[in-house]
Amino acid sequence: MLWTAIRMLIGDFGKYLGMLFGVTFAAFLMTQQGSIFWGLMSRTFGFVTETNQPQIWVMDKRVQFVEDLKPLSETTVNRIRGIEGVEWAMPLYRGLIRARLSNGVFQQCWVVGIDDTTFIGAPQTMIEGRIEDLRRAETVIVNEEGANGLLARRMPDGSRIPLKVGDTLELNDRRALVVGICRTIRTFQTQPVIYTTYSRAVQYAPRERKILTYVVAGLKPGVEMTAVQNRIAEATGLKALSQNEFQMATLSFFLRFTGIPINFGISVVLGFVVGAAICGQTFYQFTSDNIKQFGALKAMGAGNSRLLGMILLQAGIVGVQGYGLGVGLAALFGLRSGLGQKTLAFNLTWVHLGAVGVAVTLIIMFAAALSLVKVMRTEPAIVFKG
Amino acid sequence: MSEWAVKCSGVTKTYKTGGQSTYALRGIDVAVRPGELMMLVGPSGCGKTTLISVIAGILDRDEGECTIFGEDFKAMRPGQRTKFRGLNIGFVFQQFNLLPTLTAAENVAVPLLINRENRGHAIRRAKEMLERVGLGEKVNSLPSRLSGGQQQRVAIARALVHRPRLVVCDEPTSALDHVTGERVMDLLKDVALEDGRVLVVVTHDQRIFKYGDRIAHMDDGRVTHVDAPEPANETMGGI
Repeated sequence: MLWTAIRMLIGDFGKYLGMLFGVTFAAFLMTQQGSIFWGLMSRTFGFVTETNQPQIWVMDKRVQFVEDLKPLSETTVNRIRGIEGVEWAMPLYRGLIRARLSNGVFQQCWVVGIDDTTFIGAPQTMIEGRIEDLRRAETVIVNEEGANGLLARRMPDGSRIPLKVGDTLELNDRRALVVGICRTIRTFQTQPVIYTTYSRAVQYAPRERKILTYVVAGLKPGVEMTAVQNRIAEATGLKALSQNEFQMATLSFFLRFTGIPINFGISVVLGFVVGAAICGQTFYQFTSDNIKQFGALKAMGAGNSRLLGMILLQAGIVGVQGYGLGVGLAALFGLRSGLGQKTLAFNLTWVHLGAVGVAVTLIIMFAAALSLVKVMRTEPAIVFKG
Repeated sequence: MSEWAVKCSGVTKTYKTGGQSTYALRGIDVAVRPGELMMLVGPSGCGKTTLISVIAGILDRDEGECTIFGEDFKAMRPGQRTKFRGLNIGFVFQQFNLLPTLTAAENVAVPLLINRENRGHAIRRAKEMLERVGLGEKVNSLPSRLSGGQQQRVAIARALVHRPRLVVCDEPTSALDHVTGERVMDLLKDVALEDGRVLVVVTHDQRIFKYGDRIAHMDDGRVTHVDAPEPANETMGGI
């Protein structure tokens, strides 16, 4: 009978396509919008993900997210180094500084100052040049996006000449020689990212009483993270977060204080509702059109459990195919958009696939339930009504 | 074992809708022997369809007795009733009720699949049955590619393929022209009545009355008389 159910489903090709479209549409929209949402959210803490060497980030206790800059005293680094369980602690500067390009154009840039000797906080991927080149005087490394984008020189004919190794720019009236191009994880901000040493970064930065942004630290082997975090908090009155905690704090801030989740949530819910409506309505219509046939099957000895199995199989086939198509199309969309490294943020995770799977199952259950109620209530005597 | 394949006595059935009661059957007495073709005839609304629904176990009677091959549907659990119907009863419907997306052979195989027979075997049996009803060349045709008469022959093949002991036909010729209707009845009489099988045919098509061994005339929920060649002492109640 299951084979008969499949033949009934696929034989009515128009309705089969309609149901498949409904589920595919829902799965595609939920996957695509969800992936873009998560891609965007991942970018909010992109700088923390990029800076993956430290285990602990120390910051002012009022800092809520990674761009919420509340400078610390320079002496904080040594205080952290003296805390039990801390293997090493280095200063990290991060701030917005105005750069002047060779053609006189000004551009705001994120300047990251990493430890002069260990280079802790350096970008993970160098495209051109070496991190060690920062030991030379007045040198900086620029990220690829910035070099090709906002820091590129615009020519009169409209073309752009990317910033390259050997070019110079001015940061706060000080000369900066580009010695490398790096690739960084994209962040929520569009400004170019310029890496230099900490000591040089504080020279570029505008004069302020406090200038240190973070202290990043590593733990001694075998030491419990929470214990060290508590000791840092007690000793300094500062906040010490693990990389994951800092990422989640940043994510939480954007979730709570921006309209992004609501906007994407609406799209996801819309995909769910429209998919459920199309699929449910078409499946119900399919069952209604075949109700006499279902009645005939009942009269001929097919019990409710057999018909239940047939309907669930039909719904299941549509669900699995629609899920596969929808998720596949969304993944293709993501691949075409460069998996998050280009303009469009797209981050498809297993959790996401599971969540969409659950949503599609709910849609299918809803569609099947509508039909099941109709079939279960059908009296076999219906077949004798002309 | 009873000499009667189907035996109903004092059967009543009332439909209740919106507080109103409609008396469909008002004490029906009817009995059919093995190998017999019984016709139930009468005007629309006289209770013919309700009676075959009760006989076939797809409607519950309110009162009276009704046994099919000695078994009473009312005494069975729903699952048993469904299974009994699947094994012992074949149906021919007025509108054929073939599954439109299945081929003729696949449609005929359905009762065997309901009875959990192997699909390959079911299709082979279905093709043999279609040969017997003269549709050997149409086994792979969809119902939409068949004429009304051919569709009804497929329906007859479907009703007989699992060798039921009772075949219930509801207006089998009303959707067909006269010639095709006669052919269908010839086929039913030739093929269906083998092996002591019982046929109960509901019709108001007077042209096919001649095919009945006995004809029960119904009106207003009652059997008014039976054209019965049997001796009077072999009939029951009003028959």
